[in-house]
Amino acid sequence: MGTMPRKRHALPTRIWHWVNALALIILFMSGLNISNGHRRLYWGDQGFAPAQAWLEVPRFPGWATIPDYYSLAAARDWHVLFSLVLGFSLLAFMIFAFANGHMKRDIFARAREWKPSNIWRDIREHLRFNFDHGAGKYNILQKISYASVILILIPLMIFTGMVMSPGMEAAWPWMTEIFGGRQSARSLHFLAAWGLFAFFVVHILLVIASGPIRQIRDMITGGKMEGNDDAAA
Amino acid sequence: MQRRNFLVAAGAAFLAGCSDIGKTEWFGKLVDGAQDWHRGLHRALGGGRITMAPEYTIADLSPFFRGNGSQTVDTPAYRAAEAQGFADWRLAISGLVENPGELSMDDIRALPQRTQITRHDCVEGWSAIGEWTGPQLSRILDAAVVKPEANFIVFHCADNLNGSQYYESCDMDDAFHPQTIIAHELNGEALPVRNGAPLRLRIERQLGYKHAKYLTGIEAVASLDDFGKGYGGYWEDRGYQWYAGI
Repeated sequence: MGTMPRKRHALPTRIWHWVNALALIILFMSGLNISNGHRRLYWGDQGFAPAQAWLEVPRFPGWATIPDYYSLAAARDWHVLFSLVLGFSLLAFMIFAFANGHMKRDIFARAREWKPSNIWRDIREHLRFNFDHGAGKYNILQKISYASVILILIPLMIFTGMVMSPGMEAAWPWMTEIFGGRQSARSLHFLAAWGLFAFFVVHILLVIASGPIRQIRDMITGGKMEGNDDAAA
Repeated sequence: MQRRNFLVAAGAAFLAGCSDIGKTEWFGKLVDGAQDWHRGLHRALGGGRITMAPEYTIADLSPFFRGNGSQTVDTPAYRAAEAQGFADWRLAISGLVENPGELSMDDIRALPQRTQITRHDCVEGWSAIGEWTGPQLSRILDAAVVKPEANFIVFHCADNLNGSQYYESCDMDDAFHPQTIIAHELNGEALPVRNGAPLRLRIERQLGYKHAKYLTGIEAVASLDDFGKGYGGYWEDRGYQWYAGI
């Protein structure tokens, strides 16, 4: 890797992490405001009546939404703006992460890591609050959760969001069919948002449990590569 | 306990900050830019072709097509027109056109018709599928001959919502789009009052509030400044995006 000391987190990873975190928080909270505009979810192409709905969504309170009062127009402004930030920053991160080997080296799991004995051992270590185990940078549970967020949940949010834009749908109508109709895409958008929320909660708890000062500092400065203490000189 | 209080305070400050930022002029400009980016992407990803909203079959029709916003027009003139089956309703063609004038309902029915089964998406989130029939707006505009200095079409409406006259507007790209029609039928019957009788706009690549109901006139204009608060529509004047394709 040249003459530069290896950082724990590469610069593109750090920039994307914080931009993505801000975008996800704003999109989630403005999304809850938008959800208040019509609090029912449907499957298929259409739906507006209670009898067609598979879920009655609760009304989200002002302290959980952006802005902090009900405004579909203002919430859509935030959503429309930060959807572009989310989409283009993920695209840029993907390009860097595949190009600099981060994806292959750190995120994708090797075949031996998928052994049930390894996954089981990893679960036991997590329950003991021991997070420094496993050969690579990340253990198998981390790899599964990071890959799920980067490769499944966030792309799912982006593509179901695109399906819900009628102008976008006219350009790529096949995408609506992949998701089984606009209202199905809307339901999946809602479910994936809560999937990301669940990741967010677990992620924060594990950062707190594993030395939050060091974790946050390293995600800002890059930190030092573990087991390579004299490289930073 | 102190840490918890700090987190609650930080969260509240973030929320209040967002609400304040949302009201600033620069944030509005940023959102306008984002709106243009979305619109540009929608057109670019269409690969240069005329992008078309999906069309459905009779089997997909919603059992009941709800009305939203104005459900009727509360004026004596509209009541009288409704009692006569809208026989004397007129659609005024005005503004930057060579041949201004009026179209009667018979004129509109005599034009070549387009029938399309499309999905109506409300900005609130719900969707309904209906079969709409009417002449393409492009036919009407071609007959009127739009002057080159016209940039937008403004749609004038009979309905008054919360004390303000409803109106809408679109650019020439959507005005001349093949699926943009002046509908006078829903599901093979005269347009019901709740859905905008006797005439409503269908502008299929945009959200429901663009589909102006109770149409009384279409006007070709160079600028939207002189209508309502100048944002190009009733809901646009209340903060909603003018490009409702997002």
